[in-house]
Amino acid sequence: MLVQLASMRDAYAEVLLELGEEDSRVVVVGADTSVSIKTSLFGDRYPERFFNVGIAEANMMGIAAGLALAGKIPFVTTYAAFVPGKCLDQIRNAIAYPNLNVKIVSSHGGLTVGPDGASHQTIEDVAAMRAVPRMHVIVPADAPSTRSLVAQACRTLGPFYIRLSRPSVPTIYSASKDVEVGKAKILKEGSDIGIIACGIMVNEAMEAAEALSKMGVSAEIVDSHTVKPLDSETIIRVAKKTGALVTAEEQNIIGGLGGAVAEAVTESYPVRVSRIGVRDTFGESGEHKELMVKYGLTPKEITRAAKHLVDSR
Amino acid sequence: MEEQSIPIGMLLQKAAKIRAHILEMVAEAKSGHPGGSLSAVEILVSLFFYKMRHDPKRPDWPDRDRFVLSKGHAAPVLFSTLAEAGYLPTSELKTLRKINSRLQGHPDHRVPGVEFPGGSLGIGLSAAIGMALAGKVDKKDYRVYALLGDGELDEGETWEAAMAAPKFKLDNLTAIVDRNGIQQDGLTEQIMPMEPVGYKWKAFNWHVLEVDGFDFRQVIDALEKAESMRNRPTVIIAHTVKGKGVSFMEWDPAYHGKAPDKDTVRKLVKTMLEE
Repeated sequence: MLVQLASMRDAYAEVLLELGEEDSRVVVVGADTSVSIKTSLFGDRYPERFFNVGIAEANMMGIAAGLALAGKIPFVTTYAAFVPGKCLDQIRNAIAYPNLNVKIVSSHGGLTVGPDGASHQTIEDVAAMRAVPRMHVIVPADAPSTRSLVAQACRTLGPFYIRLSRPSVPTIYSASKDVEVGKAKILKEGSDIGIIACGIMVNEAMEAAEALSKMGVSAEIVDSHTVKPLDSETIIRVAKKTGALVTAEEQNIIGGLGGAVAEAVTESYPVRVSRIGVRDTFGESGEHKELMVKYGLTPKEITRAAKHLVDSR
Repeated sequence: MEEQSIPIGMLLQKAAKIRAHILEMVAEAKSGHPGGSLSAVEILVSLFFYKMRHDPKRPDWPDRDRFVLSKGHAAPVLFSTLAEAGYLPTSELKTLRKINSRLQGHPDHRVPGVEFPGGSLGIGLSAAIGMALAGKVDKKDYRVYALLGDGELDEGETWEAAMAAPKFKLDNLTAIVDRNGIQQDGLTEQIMPMEPVGYKWKAFNWHVLEVDGFDFRQVIDALEKAESMRNRPTVIIAHTVKGKGVSFMEWDPAYHGKAPDKDTVRKLVKTMLEE
């Protein structure tokens, strides 16, 4: 089967140009990573609405707050290694607290930054941003859904954190209109186990479903791109239908999607939840595929966890 | 010429009333930050009752000048000034820091006229830059003022922002440093020496002015000079005294975040308003 790969960054840069065209309130703030993340394309087209503040993430967030207070819709973008890491205080106090219309889009999230090593591999951002009141947290699975979710964020009042990964990923959504902020998407129906994934792990979950099917296990696959507000309704429905859940994310297993799903089912329909993700440890240098294998972010690990839950019922 | 048109009498009266409000509200709340509020009274009075273009009936007026209180702990001086200007009833000031009040310990958007929630130090100048940039993009002629504490200059973000404003040629931005010489733990020059402050801003390509922060003529003259400067932001280092107006509070770091008791305040306010 021919797998089509596409970059979330490219999709983001393209949709930004469209949003800039349709809404003159859209401005972009960057911190010396604009060429790499390709937001410089926006700067080329709309130089008067593009502000590069240099390597100064805290200032970038504060400036974005001011722009939003004066009626703009700022898109703030740099590597996930620095957002929210270097500016959680500004995000909390200057953006989320006054409920400002700031869209924070981080690129190079998770382990798959690869050879840059642990200092650049962000595995805490989803958990940190989830804990901030009023913040929306979105982790898209592929390029078309990135386009759609970014555009929806632009049209939805309030602060957003959208986390993109670096590698080009297989395209899952044929049309970007299939995704809706706040609504988990059932990509494959199944009855024995529910696999709730976000980001690049959605594709791994789809592969796991094929392997499970060969073992006679029917898996339901859910893209929970919106980690906050979590679509608990869909997740509870899947829990009731399948009786057990596996979560999969390119994040620490603490506090991210796995945490969110566990919290949701524990409160209203307790089932066993097995969390696939980075197991509370730091990464290291390596190619992205090598890292995925070494840190257990693979279809094989998802399959193993799912099979174990099904067998131990 | 300019000086003759400044209504000094009215400004002095406003300042006296605002000092009284500050003392009464922190005494009522039994906590709060009187020291750094009292040091900034003449600065806020100069802005809200002389320099700034604003309308208490239209706090969202897009063309208004904006005032960012970056040193958010000076909430009492901001709330008192807004109340005197007509943004909220003065009777509401006594609810400061109480449950269900709009008047939070550090100001936020619950109160009309508050432009920015300045609780965590170091962010206000960045936010003011954002507002000033938006003004440039929209070709509006509003001005943005940011009041920073001198202790706040310890924060790294202040200097990130200080580097950025001249890059964007923000002549619509004026920063004011309340140079009262005291931060929470003691004298600024002992906790984290920052002199020569003016030279630091100059080295960051700002237009730097130094004034006596209690002299209306000097403060207003500096605000006018800032407005006529082209292509560069201005910083006004306003030399002040923490706790100004209350002899036992002046120069005492203890009154950064401590409230005097109600009886003492009653006597102080009586003398203040009689003068």
